[in-house]
Formats: sequence, structure tokens, C-alpha cells
Amino acid sequence: MASRYIANTPHEQKQMLGLIGAGSIEDLLVKIPAKARLPRPLGVAAAMAETDLIRHLKALAGKNADADSHVCFMGAGSYDHYTPSPINHLISRGEFLTAYTPYQPEASQGTLRTIYEYQTMIAELTGMDVANASIYDGASSLGEAALMAHAVTDRNEIVLSRSVNPLYKRVTATYCEGPAIRLRDVAAPDGVTDLAAAKKVVGAKTAALVVQTPNFYGCLEDVAAAAELAHGAGALLVVVADPVNLGVLEGPGKLGADIVIGEGQGLGVPMSFGGPNLGVFAAKKELVRRMPGRLVGATVDSDGARGFVLTLQTREQHIRRAKATSNICTNVALCALMATVYLATLGRRGLVRAGELSTAKAHYAAERLTKIPGVSLRFAAPFFKEFALKLPKPPERMVTRLAKQGFLAGVPLKTFEHALADCLLVAVTEKRTKAEIDAFAEALEKAVA
Amino acid sequence: MANVPKDLKYTREHEWAKQEGDRVRVGITAYAQEQLGDVVFVELPKVGAKVTASKNFGVVESVKAVSDLFAPVSGEVVEINGELSQKPETVNQDTYGRGWMIVVKPSNGGEWDQLLTPQQYEEFLAQAAH
Repeated sequence: MASRYIANTPHEQKQMLGLIGAGSIEDLLVKIPAKARLPRPLGVAAAMAETDLIRHLKALAGKNADADSHVCFMGAGSYDHYTPSPINHLISRGEFLTAYTPYQPEASQGTLRTIYEYQTMIAELTGMDVANASIYDGASSLGEAALMAHAVTDRNEIVLSRSVNPLYKRVTATYCEGPAIRLRDVAAPDGVTDLAAAKKVVGAKTAALVVQTPNFYGCLEDVAAAAELAHGAGALLVVVADPVNLGVLEGPGKLGADIVIGEGQGLGVPMSFGGPNLGVFAAKKELVRRMPGRLVGATVDSDGARGFVLTLQTREQHIRRAKATSNICTNVALCALMATVYLATLGRRGLVRAGELSTAKAHYAAERLTKIPGVSLRFAAPFFKEFALKLPKPPERMVTRLAKQGFLAGVPLKTFEHALADCLLVAVTEKRTKAEIDAFAEALEKAVA
Repeated sequence: MANVPKDLKYTREHEWAKQEGDRVRVGITAYAQEQLGDVVFVELPKVGAKVTASKNFGVVESVKAVSDLFAPVSGEVVEINGELSQKPETVNQDTYGRGWMIVVKPSNGGEWDQLLTPQQYEEFLAQAAH
């Protein structure tokens, strides 16, 4: 039967096959070895009526455990922060609802203005001179930062602390494969970068030293010391930071970072099973010509009225071609818009409050959870809103068990580092209530007993 | 016809080279700056960097294009025009004077003779115009 949703009909297929002299679609596939082909039809159930289909999909979706259905203590790069309701109202407006920087961008002054505001707020938060219109996510931002540091310094090694999100590191390794940039590790045995060890690795070949604060384990790094170390070797300092924390924590730019990147999901973007996210990217002004991504600038038109334009486009691949630092010619405009609305809605005091509450509740949770016999903090270093908890029983099993009781207990670290196989990474945001934290602690206590 | 001073030598990529004792001063020609339009940024190598004849040593950026700069001769960069980072428009205003880009201490004297004479460069431009 012909599908009403597939434009090419059996008649048209026959015509096309006839034109190239093939008897059937099967004939087009003969070159593919039989053992590589599926010998039976795909196991897809028969068509359903729309109402039945929606019921079926809802039932499937109901099996998911997410931050709406469960009390969420999961983090590791994606956090259950508050998303003010104006965000959805505003981003759903027809004028704004687009995933990308528009083509003929200057015709979309409203979109450009929101991006300009986004850039301004990110630059202020990170303590940098300039921020771009965003990149895909924190991981791709770090990959781009590595390429940029390589282009700026003409050096071939990037030194990454082991306390940087390991998933970011994998993405960065992919980015660095083409230009043959070598990635080197610095250990973080006590939960923070071993700067004495870093000093031995950072040298004349180092394009950049990369640290994350709070790092993957939730601990705060000494950014100023890392900056001094990197700059002493003529390298850049790249800092991975979560902008939602920067109402409370000092902007890394003020501590000596040359490039600040991070995951902006916490700024009002839903967790959504890991994406789409918001890649934050900011740099010092003198590096702007090597900065990847789109950049919106403010200007005046021929009548002297204020307007917004894409600026410094000669950095970008469509003009600079192979010499461009990056092949990014777009941004995650809708997620950047969410962040813009988020920051404008919360305001300075709101953002400070979100940070204060997150860290206060995280510290309460740590205190409460470490009263459970056999449970302790894995690292002694100061943390912000996330911490590694050492458990007396396998964390994966605890996670499964607690999920049945309505808790997303955290992220087992075994997947990322075998030495931390007994650790669970627990994140606490301003959304968690004392009652939720207490109930979680009680449930965990029973689970590990 | 663009201005082609008689005391300079030229490349096919539109750089000029001027012998100054044992050094060679380098910039882009009047024709190049006219083609580029308003220059907004010039990226130059660091003093002490090595450049190679016919290889790229920097980038000149105008409002509409980005072009590589090619070294007329090989050698070590002994001076760069720091004024261009603040005032790139100097390249448009005074191409053969204050708009110079780098001074090279040549490592291979023979390369000088390979460069185009003013007459050869004018012929090259005339051909390009057709």
C-alpha cells in the first residue's frame, strides 16, 4: 500500500528504476554482502490510529525516570535547576522559535538583540571581555577552545586536568585528532588538580592548561595558581565553568583565565536526557580574532538608530576558509534565548540566591548523608553544589534501588574512573527541599544497611 | 594603472620588497590594497620568526575578504610594524610608506633576483586586467 506520507509513489519508483535500467530496489543493493543485510523485514508493529499511537507513546514515555517524575540528585554536567515559566512562553513565540541564527540575520533584529544581551551577560558573569553567540554544548566548547589555543600560541599540546569532565575530554580528543594536537593529563588524586604535577607537564610546547571549577567531582580549583602556572610557560589558561554558579563564585576571567567555556544548561535549559545544551564560550579581547562562532555586535544605522549586526565575520569559515580557527558557523540560538530569559528573569539577586541556595543545600545534604554508617565524602577539598560520596555497597545497585523509590540518586563514577568505583556523584540544586534531602538520606541509609 | 614605484621589487601575490642595506622591507602594493578595500586587521609574525619565500607570513583582513601575505624572500623577521594593530587603515593610506608590514634579514641573497622588477609587475598587472 502506498504511504500517504511518502512522496514517491510505487509508480514513480518504477519510472525511476526503469530510467537507470534496474528491475527493482533490491537490484540496487546486490553489492552489499548478504551477511551484512537484514534477511527479514524490520520488527515494526502494524500501523496504529493516531489516538492509539499517542496512548502507546505516552505509556512508553511513562517508563522514563526524569527530573519531573523523580527527585533528582544527578548532575555530572547537567543539573536540575529552576526554570522560570516565562522562558517557555517567550521562546514559543513565532518571532523567536528557531534553532539557529537566522539566514539574512540583520533582518531579524529581535533575535540578534537577544543574542547580544546573552553575550553581554555571559561576558559579565565569566569576567571576560567578549562572549560568542554560543556553541553546541560544554564539550564542543572545550574542543573549540583547544583548537583556538593551538591557533593562538602555535603550540601543539593541551594539558588537561583529570578533574575536567571526562566526556568533554573525549570530545576534545576528537577535535584534536585532525590537527594532531596532543592531549596530556595531570592527575587530581585528592579531587583537585595536582598543580605540582602540572608544573612538570606544562612547558614550551603547551598551548593551554585546562582546569574546571567546580570540577567534575564538584570541588573548587585554585584558578589563580593555575593561571600563574600556565602563563609562566607562555600557555593560555582555559577554565571550564558553569555560569549558573557565577552569581556566587568569582568569574574565572578575574582570576587570570584567557578563555572561559562551560555548559550553560543550568541557565533555564531543561535537562532533556542530555541535550540540546548550551555551549558557553568567552575570551579576552586580544584573542577575539581567533575565537570561534558567531558574534553579534551593536552599531548604528545610516539614520543613527541603534541596530545589531553579525560582526567580525572574517574570522569565520565562510570567509576565512581553511584558515579559520573553527568550522562553526552557527549557534544554539534557542537555548541561548532560554539562558537570556533566565538571567533577565532572575536578575542579579536571583542568580546570587540560586547559587547560595544550591551550595547551602548541597552542604546540608553532604552533612546529612555522611551520618549514614559507612558513607563518607571521597574528597576533603571544598565543593560547591556537587560531591563524590563513598558508599559501602556498589553505587550502580543503589541507584537502581533508589530509582524505584522515586529518587535519581546520582551518577556512579565507575563508568568514568575505575579507581572511583565505590563512589556516587551527588548534585544538589536550589530546587531540592529539606524534606526531599532527608527522605533521600533515609532511603539511602536503608539501601546501604 | 596602480602606482608601481621604480625602486621596489614585487611578487605575483602583490607584495612589494625594498632593499635597505642587508635588510628587506615588505608591504602590499597599491593594487592589492585597492582590491581589498578598507583594511581592518593585519596579523603579523613575531620578531624572530622565520619566513620562507612564497610562503605565507601573515594575514590581511578587509571588510570583505581575508588574504594571506606571502614573503618575497626567506629569512628572519627583525622588525614588524606595530602601528598596524591599532591603525590598520594605514595600509590603505600609505601603502608604500607607513603601511609597511615586516622587515626581513634575508638568508638567501639569490631570492632577490627572482622577484619581479617594476616593469615585470606592471606587465603582470596589465595581463591580469584582461
